[in-house]
Amino acid sequence: MTYSPHTEADRAHMLEAVGVASVDDLFADIPPAVRAGAWSVPPPLVEQEVRAELARLAGRNRIPEVSFLGAGVYRHLIPSVVGEVIGRPEFATSYTPYQPEVSQGTLQSIYEFQSLICELTGMEVATASHYDGATATAEAALMACRLTRRSRVAVSAGVNPDHRRVLETYCSGPGIEVVTVSIDLAEGGDGTTDPAAVEALGEIACLIAAQPNFYGQLEPMRELADAAHASGAHFVAAVEPTSLAVLEAPGAYGADIVAAEGQPLGIPVSFGGPYVGLMAARMASVRQMPGRLVGATRDVHGRKGYVLTLQAREQHIRREKAASNICTNQALMALAATAYLTAVGPIGLREVAELSAAQARHLAGALESVGLAERRFGGSYLNEVTLRLPDAARRHAALAERGIVAGHVLERGEPELRDTLLLAATELTTDTDIARLVVALEETA
Amino acid sequence: MSVAEAPSSDASGRGAAFSGAAGGDELTVVEPLIFDRSRAERRAVRFPSVSAAARQAGAGQPELPASVLRAHAPRLPEVSELDVLRHFNRLAHLNMAIDLNFYPLGSCTMKYNPKVNEWAARLPGLAESHPLDPEALSQGSLELMWLLAELLKEISGFAAISLQPAAGAHGELTGMLMTRAFHRAHGEGEQRTKVLVPDSAHGTNPATATMAGYQTVTIRSNERGGIDLEALRAALGPDVAALMITNPSTLGIFEDQIGEVLGAVKEAGAIAYMDGANLNAILGRFRPGEAGFDAMHFNLHKTFSTPHGGGGPGAGPVGVSERLEPFLPRPMPVLVEGDPDEVRANAWAGYSTPGVRFALDDDRPQSIGKVRSLYGNFGMFVRAYTYIRSNGDAGLRTISEDAVLAANYLRVRLHDVFDLPYDRLSKHEVVFSGRRQKREHGVTTLDIAKAILDHGIHPPTIYFPLIVEEALMVEPTETESLETLDHFVGVMREIAELAASDPDAIKRAPTTTPVGRLDEAAAARRPDLRYRFPDETDAPDAPPAGPTSEAPTV
Amino acid sequence: MSYPDDLRYSKEHEWVRVDGSRATIGITSFAADELGDIVFIELPEVGAALSQFGTFGVVESVKAVSDLYAPISGEVVEVNEALRDSPELLNADAFGDGWIAKVELADTAELDGLMDAAAYADETA
Repeated sequence: MTYSPHTEADRAHMLEAVGVASVDDLFADIPPAVRAGAWSVPPPLVEQEVRAELARLAGRNRIPEVSFLGAGVYRHLIPSVVGEVIGRPEFATSYTPYQPEVSQGTLQSIYEFQSLICELTGMEVATASHYDGATATAEAALMACRLTRRSRVAVSAGVNPDHRRVLETYCSGPGIEVVTVSIDLAEGGDGTTDPAAVEALGEIACLIAAQPNFYGQLEPMRELADAAHASGAHFVAAVEPTSLAVLEAPGAYGADIVAAEGQPLGIPVSFGGPYVGLMAARMASVRQMPGRLVGATRDVHGRKGYVLTLQAREQHIRREKAASNICTNQALMALAATAYLTAVGPIGLREVAELSAAQARHLAGALESVGLAERRFGGSYLNEVTLRLPDAARRHAALAERGIVAGHVLERGEPELRDTLLLAATELTTDTDIARLVVALEETA
Repeated sequence: MSVAEAPSSDASGRGAAFSGAAGGDELTVVEPLIFDRSRAERRAVRFPSVSAAARQAGAGQPELPASVLRAHAPRLPEVSELDVLRHFNRLAHLNMAIDLNFYPLGSCTMKYNPKVNEWAARLPGLAESHPLDPEALSQGSLELMWLLAELLKEISGFAAISLQPAAGAHGELTGMLMTRAFHRAHGEGEQRTKVLVPDSAHGTNPATATMAGYQTVTIRSNERGGIDLEALRAALGPDVAALMITNPSTLGIFEDQIGEVLGAVKEAGAIAYMDGANLNAILGRFRPGEAGFDAMHFNLHKTFSTPHGGGGPGAGPVGVSERLEPFLPRPMPVLVEGDPDEVRANAWAGYSTPGVRFALDDDRPQSIGKVRSLYGNFGMFVRAYTYIRSNGDAGLRTISEDAVLAANYLRVRLHDVFDLPYDRLSKHEVVFSGRRQKREHGVTTLDIAKAILDHGIHPPTIYFPLIVEEALMVEPTETESLETLDHFVGVMREIAELAASDPDAIKRAPTTTPVGRLDEAAAARRPDLRYRFPDETDAPDAPPAGPTSEAPTV
Repeated sequence: MSYPDDLRYSKEHEWVRVDGSRATIGITSFAADELGDIVFIELPEVGAALSQFGTFGVVESVKAVSDLYAPISGEVVEVNEALRDSPELLNADAFGDGWIAKVELADTAELDGLMDAAAYADETA
């Protein structure tokens, strides 16, 4: 079915006004040599048929009954109000707020989003969003290069490997070198980045470290920030946003730029996207920040209002000298995060963080106490933990068959981590889920 | 700074969200910030407590050292659930949107966003699919991505598709990074340092070239609005990596010399990249891959109806020719078991194929790597796939036919009152110039746009492309009725008349919107980019310093 | 449109006021009008060496960004700090309070390459 409202009478009327005989005449400007050949696109479907097709595809997925899978994407409760807010057609079907007089809803909600991110991260300015945490991290690195006029960046191996790949790709364009600072993956070690390793890196624009890191471990962020600064480099903190309810704000431990994946804030896992990238920094660096910014101002009548501001940084004005080429961002997902944070509030967010952490400790404790698994690392962790158990890959596959996803198999990405699983817990993880995991693992031993 | 309570009278008649009073000494607000609605201990969503069993089981685990803990809780607003809803509903009332207003923003393709697409994206089987679940659990997601890629190939004539880029500009970056990889693989990476871009190009094109490490060279347009072929030939050489060109151009005009353009680019050994933002004009009429382009990005949020969301999310898949295929981002969804023709035929008929298996192929040694985490904006793939299946072959052709017809209809109904810099057949959008109104009456395109707002219509795109003075770019799309188009014509003609008879009235516009014209200079000079809590100073931060090369503050 | 007689002008819309071995430089009112409301200027550093027609800073308005091109060569000895807080001075008084920097002239012969007020008025007509 088509969504065009035009009847044949409508079309005839317009054709006559335009002064052409048929609609084909409107395409006479396409030279015959390049006109399209036949294509093999299926015929139209009416609504019930297209629904059946999408239901067919949805039905070919198996959503696990019990899941401990995180690895950068987390199943949290999405409060009902979030869907109501982002489902509002005035938010969903409006455009980038270039005409501010009729976009105050979008603009004010972005201002609120920027404010919330600053408050969570302890930073002075936050952008209106990026595509995801990986690209926010990559853009943060490029920003640090501009600020320091250096062309090498250092990234901890504790940063999500998928994000590090994106960083490498983004740096390949302008020829920025990426050096990886290894983390101690040995059994019983901390599983964290060693600040003492930073000095040996020489001149770098920034050091990027994650908190918690990909393996769930808590990094010595203040010491890493100090080490970066001692080298004249910026410190980029890649953080998990719900953890900021209980963990120290990056601004307090010396982060210069913060990048984060905002998916845990009210956004469905949706096979990888759309998510939302968060970025925050200090006001002194704002002119080198990529992405949109909304600012408060007054209108001609003295009413408070909001506008896109400092637009001279952006592609539509700065063109080849722009800080970034970003145009479309993830606005509606940023609104979801805004609705989420206001719906849970500071106490709710702390409950989410504490419950997630408590269930992670619960699951590690339960598995260790019956000798099924051991923590790989000795250091403290928050909502995700790396566990060693014999024959992990085979048993993980067996559990998946039974509708239980026992976390993420690490050896695929990191051969040194044979027989190791990364398990996450959130506030949705129940005691029963953990009990089922224990039983299932026992049965596959 | 005092904040007025929401007034009880409402001159606009659109609901209590609006401030009725104009002028006055107080700084009035239309809807307070959510922070200003906060009251200590108000709660909305609640969560369970940690169970005793959980505490006990976790008791032996490492404690969190005090050094990593937050000293002060974040000051998020404390509001009730009703507060949250009322706040965002009232904010929503302040917006124009496609679902309420005609929105003829040129180059943005603000067509109707079908709601069945939303139904599909919210199906739990798709929305709750974790991207790192074992592949056996995600066959539906993988099949959808594979089928969408197959459809985009057919529509565009390209050999292969990457769905990974999250937006058009992101697709452009992907294209330029693949260009770089291609030239490197052919030993010409060092010598090819430039990307050619027409002077009518969207700002993302040169910004992308810079991000990919290239220097931008601008090529002028000719008097017919197409790229100047002679200037292009003169600029092409062994140091050129690529041409990035929009077709139809940002003037809404088809590049009728596109054959010669592509020939010249190929001959010079460069990559021909098409900005596919204007695909809505040519579905079924021109297939860029077939015509000889090496790469193109699609904008799913333009041509394929996924909602703009106030600025995103979008999706910018990239189609490539065979010679660029090895460089596509990884991983890619592939069919590992099953016959592609059979899988497609069954899917088109509404059936699953038994024994079929999809996977993510990460073994792509020449890939440029990744441009975003995971696989792309999957939720937008669901919407676009739903849209393409709904329209089908006939529907897709009708889209372009009706979009082009509507744009030309507006062209002929308005070309006597507004200058038309390029008076020829348009495609899906038409670019007028407000220079006559500016010269004769001092009324600028900006003024005209503000006047349009008072008629409950979102203005067209203004001041783009840069090569047209006082540009006004109108793109009606195929989903607007004849009555809407005629109403718009009436409004524009009325504004043109008013520009002559009472220009001051136009300069005062808008007068019926929730806020009037806003002071953008003040916003940039004294940036106020976040809420200030009562214990912070009232004044926004001092104007920020410019780019520095100093070490950061510790 | 007439411009101050005592100044020399460059094609890139900068002006020079000579005072002995030193000169004050700025952008013209024409440039400021073209830019619109100026919101920010990246000032050169004291001690920086300017070379004639080379870029020495950036000026930014709400809708545009423009490089600044030095009208003469020399060493920057003072910059107008008031522009940091009040870039709008460039719009209000481009030839007076909106001055950008004072330089120690490297080569007074360079002034011959610049226009006088009448020539600049013709140039911008």
